[in-house]
Amino acid sequence: MRVDVQVREADFDLAVEWAACRARCGGRAGAVVAFGGLVRDQRDDGDGVRELRLEHYPGMTEASIERIVARAGERWRLLDVSVIHRVGRLRPRDQIVLVLVASSHRPDAFAAAEFLMDHLKTEAVFWKKESGDSGAAWLAPTVRDRERQAAW
Amino acid sequence: MVVRVRFFASLREDVGRDGVDLALADATLDGVRGALAELLDAAARRSLAAPGVRVAVNQAIVDGAVALRDGDEVAFLPPITGG
Repeated sequence: MRVDVQVREADFDLAVEWAACRARCGGRAGAVVAFGGLVRDQRDDGDGVRELRLEHYPGMTEASIERIVARAGERWRLLDVSVIHRVGRLRPRDQIVLVLVASSHRPDAFAAAEFLMDHLKTEAVFWKKESGDSGAAWLAPTVRDRERQAAW
Repeated sequence: MVVRVRFFASLREDVGRDGVDLALADATLDGVRGALAELLDAAARRSLAAPGVRVAVNQAIVDGAVALRDGDEVAFLPPITGG
């Protein structure tokens, strides 16, 4: 399994990453699943969001993501996993995370992509500060995120 | 013996800086806390001692008593939000 984890401020281009993934896998891949996470313009309670600031701990954050990917690799047959997670100041509609999973068959790719996201949402070393209608506050993982992670 | 202390996210804001180099006589986490207590105001000390705050030494989470070495990086981490 080839793994690439990037934490960076720069945006990503799905078409570029998709093509690179296909090229790396050659003829072995029968499925590529892509998940893209976006910054929403409102919270679940309806308050507007103007900005999301993401902070990480360089080194430790990448290692936390690589551990999650390694666990997925033990559980499913995967060929190629890429995670690009953005940090810094993001605004509504911005892309925040890309997960690309290639496998020989689609069940592994679908399941691993969902597993990766559910664990990224709770275990990856990031801190998010949201600014919007009701001021600015550092966020905690939601109960729903914890429940999804625990369900695995 | 000098260790580099780093503060992240809300703790960086509460402490008012992203880190500090500490010269320690007591090369343990208690030694770090003691040195910080002399350096920081009461509000910053409360933030560092708040429930859910974890400590990493050289980027690995630690729990309890830890012996530190010269040049170690000690990070105070508020509860993570996740990705």
